[in-house]
Amino acid sequence: MTGELFSQIQLPAKLEYLGIFIASVKDAAEKYGFARTRISEIELAAEEILVNIFNYAYQNAETGCVQVITGTDGNRRFFIEISDTGIPFNMLQADPPDLTSDISLRKIGGLGVFLARELINDISYYREDNKNILKIRV
Amino acid sequence: MELAAKDQGGAVVVSVKGKVDTATAPEFGKYLSEQTDKAAKTLIVSMSGLDYISSAGLRVILAAAKKMKEKQLDFILAGLEGDVKNVFRIAGFLSLFKVADTEESALKQI
Repeated sequence: MTGELFSQIQLPAKLEYLGIFIASVKDAAEKYGFARTRISEIELAAEEILVNIFNYAYQNAETGCVQVITGTDGNRRFFIEISDTGIPFNMLQADPPDLTSDISLRKIGGLGVFLARELINDISYYREDNKNILKIRV
Repeated sequence: MELAAKDQGGAVVVSVKGKVDTATAPEFGKYLSEQTDKAAKTLIVSMSGLDYISSAGLRVILAAAKKMKEKQLDFILAGLEGDVKNVFRIAGFLSLFKVADTEESALKQI
């Protein structure tokens, strides 16, 4: 049994396109039939990963593109594949955030990828054809 | 995203509704920072109408809380529900801040 492609878009890695990327992810998750809470969690994970790419992937060069593909794999499992052609970077290896329970000491930042990984267990990174590829499986 | 503020019982109550994502968080940050400057005693952020928040929004909340703490003033999060509450929980924010179920119960705490 082969998978099904739901959507495929490629746009510049800029915040102004976040809404379009997220809309494609939400539409795909709705098409798959996830419950509202799960769709919200998928949206959050996708936003955090995309924003991370917008901020870091092309910092040493002209801003490139991000490609977002959604669909199901051969086992009918939902996936989102987010790729960029920026510098090799595995955001999943970033330091865990500061979860200190003291307001004055707690650092601001590092939360995004942590939230994505807490909400979606199966997120993997690989580098292929000079691309950083993050695959979210739900 | 909809933002509003009012003075009530000696507290500044900021309500945020709709969606706080990376795109809208800067506006929320600017607004909350202005209200933090105005607060003389307590700042309550009412979130019962909030449908979505990402880490950019959490950073805004944390920055406001830090500012209030520096001024030795009270900061209370009110009306957290459902998916949004879950995000606050995962980020460890529920044990970081004073939390009230509703805006009314937050006002009773002050």
